[in-house]
Amino acid sequence: MQAAIKEARPEDHVLEVGCGSGLVSLELARQVESLVALDINPHAVRATRERGVEVIRSDLFEGIRGKFDLIIFNPPYLPTKQAERSDQWINYALDGGESGRETIGRFLLDLAEHLRPGGRALLLISSLSGPEEVEMMAGDAGLITERVASKGCFFEKLMVLRITVRN
Amino acid sequence: MKRDLLDILACPMCKGDLILEVFEENESEILAGKLCCRACNEIYPIEDGIPNMLPPELRE
Repeated sequence: MQAAIKEARPEDHVLEVGCGSGLVSLELARQVESLVALDINPHAVRATRERGVEVIRSDLFEGIRGKFDLIIFNPPYLPTKQAERSDQWINYALDGGESGRETIGRFLLDLAEHLRPGGRALLLISSLSGPEEVEMMAGDAGLITERVASKGCFFEKLMVLRITVRN
Repeated sequence: MKRDLLDILACPMCKGDLILEVFEENESEILAGKLCCRACNEIYPIEDGIPNMLPPELRE
């Protein structure tokens, strides 16, 4: 959240992917030109709307077109085996597939198409989801990554990748 | 949803343009309605002000 507030500019049109309960979106919306949030989870989109944030129910960028100055995403990243999966909606918030990188990979593939010229994205990742592999996937998708913040958190390390499109 | 949100919505199946039909609207936004894809004819509901852009098999 701090990284997002630091990165946001008053003139930015912002998209938050996977907004959860909408706390970050609400905070950020006050500081930018416009903000739209999305989540796949029906409970998440309802909670976000109750905060007064414009929200769309969508699976990542699937139901979206158009470009943004800033896109932020706190993805599901826990490596999850089939037996650990739950059929509850909360599973979407945590399950990053076998590698922990499945959702992140889908996000990175479509990201460039949704960034305006000079646009940036912030992606929260964990030491558990293989930061080097994520950076490699981003490189393969024509993106440039830079680690802008990190924080130890119990048994993992969380970091924020700032992503831009390679010219 | 506000009317101008339509500019950034697309059909998740074919990325086609959407046609908006409003059932209920207040002074600032659309509360209920539907979005119909011009290309593949799939329909996406707007309920409680939230457009549901999931393909039918993911909806609930």
